[in-house]
Amino acid sequence: MKVAIIDYGMGNLRSVYRGLEYGGAKPVITIDREEIEDSDAIVLPGVGAFCDAINGLKGIEDIIKESSKEKPILGICLGLQLYFSESEEDGLHKGLDLMVGKVVKLPPTVKVPQMGWNSIKIKKESRLLDGIRDGEFFYFVHSFYAKPKEDVTVATTEYGVEIPAILEKGKLYATQFHPEKSGKIGLNLLKNFIAIAKE
Amino acid sequence: MITKRIIPCLDVKDGRVVKGINFKNLKDAGHPVKLAKMYDEQGADELVYLDISASPEGRKTMLDLVEKTADQVFIPLTVGGGISSVEDIRRILKAGADKVAINTAAVKNPEIIKKGATKFGSQCIVSAIDAKRVYENNKTKNVIETLEGKCWLEVYIYGGRKPTGIDAITWAKKVEELGAGEILLTSMDADGTKMGFDIPLTRTISEETNIPIIASGGAGTLEHIYEALTIGKADAALAASIFHYKEYTVGDIKNYLKERNVPVRI
Repeated sequence: MKVAIIDYGMGNLRSVYRGLEYGGAKPVITIDREEIEDSDAIVLPGVGAFCDAINGLKGIEDIIKESSKEKPILGICLGLQLYFSESEEDGLHKGLDLMVGKVVKLPPTVKVPQMGWNSIKIKKESRLLDGIRDGEFFYFVHSFYAKPKEDVTVATTEYGVEIPAILEKGKLYATQFHPEKSGKIGLNLLKNFIAIAKE
Repeated sequence: MITKRIIPCLDVKDGRVVKGINFKNLKDAGHPVKLAKMYDEQGADELVYLDISASPEGRKTMLDLVEKTADQVFIPLTVGGGISSVEDIRRILKAGADKVAINTAAVKNPEIIKKGATKFGSQCIVSAIDAKRVYENNKTKNVIETLEGKCWLEVYIYGGRKPTGIDAITWAKKVEELGAGEILLTSMDADGTKMGFDIPLTRTISEETNIPIIASGGAGTLEHIYEALTIGKADAALAASIFHYKEYTVGDIKNYLKERNVPVRI
């Protein structure tokens, strides 16, 4: 089971690599078209700024969009935000437009970034949640959050406002938190994603 | 609801965990990866490695330790100590750290925070501030009231060895503006004493900024940690010796906090 972790820049990809490996997948960190096409699933990891990531995806944007019809994709943190039509981070930037909605800044009433463990509230069933209960804690680090304009929210979290924590639409999956940094429960979620991809 | 974080800190010298009082008289406290795994199992919310090796060999050992830790421990890891360039930041993040803590290099050249935040994101740039009270009513500084008298807070660099004349409150606001995602605030007066955190220091910096604050220095009892997270308004509490010498587990602290209605992850 080959999972392509998209390498669109800098930061720590080692943890997501190890987390997927732990879940029984064969991850590969890549930006190569063929390697991505050849994979059974894709992970869009969550490092860096929105516009840098979108620029980093130039040249493979079409494969990501095409792939989303036939194999599961997991967007993590910034990866979740990239799915959306547009983001307000550092000006207005167009996203992949795979989900309708906008990415906006956290309200000024809370400390930004949100950094730490927050609990999720499950709104609907998802295979991504196998063995994961309502109220479970995950590790969040972000300054922006998505406001979907379609019914894609599986779970939310509360931080000044209600924030979508887990999203699902067809073969598109996403978490605003970092499963690779959320201890055992996070590894469980990655394992669920791999199980979905194995089908 | 976002929870308050409990963060064990491992001072690492040439591959071993050490602990001393006020950065002096260092004693061996174990192997970093072994301790990291143990704290993860106890429910630690994050881990911090502070590299206090002075040699290039020590730094290389640190990168190796970060890789080994990231392979086995799936909670956030911050690495600090001796980071002086954007290239240093990149190397540490690439080895598997999630954040870097920068003190001396940032005071000498604040641009490193801005560059690091732009390149890797604010979330991975932690501004480490070592502050010490100066009991004088200096009109050019931010003077605060404490039980011990009026004082201002001076930033120290080089592992607490060199005073800078810089006001810690002004500096904290500055690092936020430059793009730091978090402040690791160590009280030089309290560090290693086990007499409790510097609450006025912690509270002031927390109120004057809008980024998360990790309180550090002085944890000796469960109540100290409770105070830092409530009266001190810190978002996280960092401690070292109470964990290394097995006085309390992370679980003990969290149970104590939970009974007193402080939100924690259990």
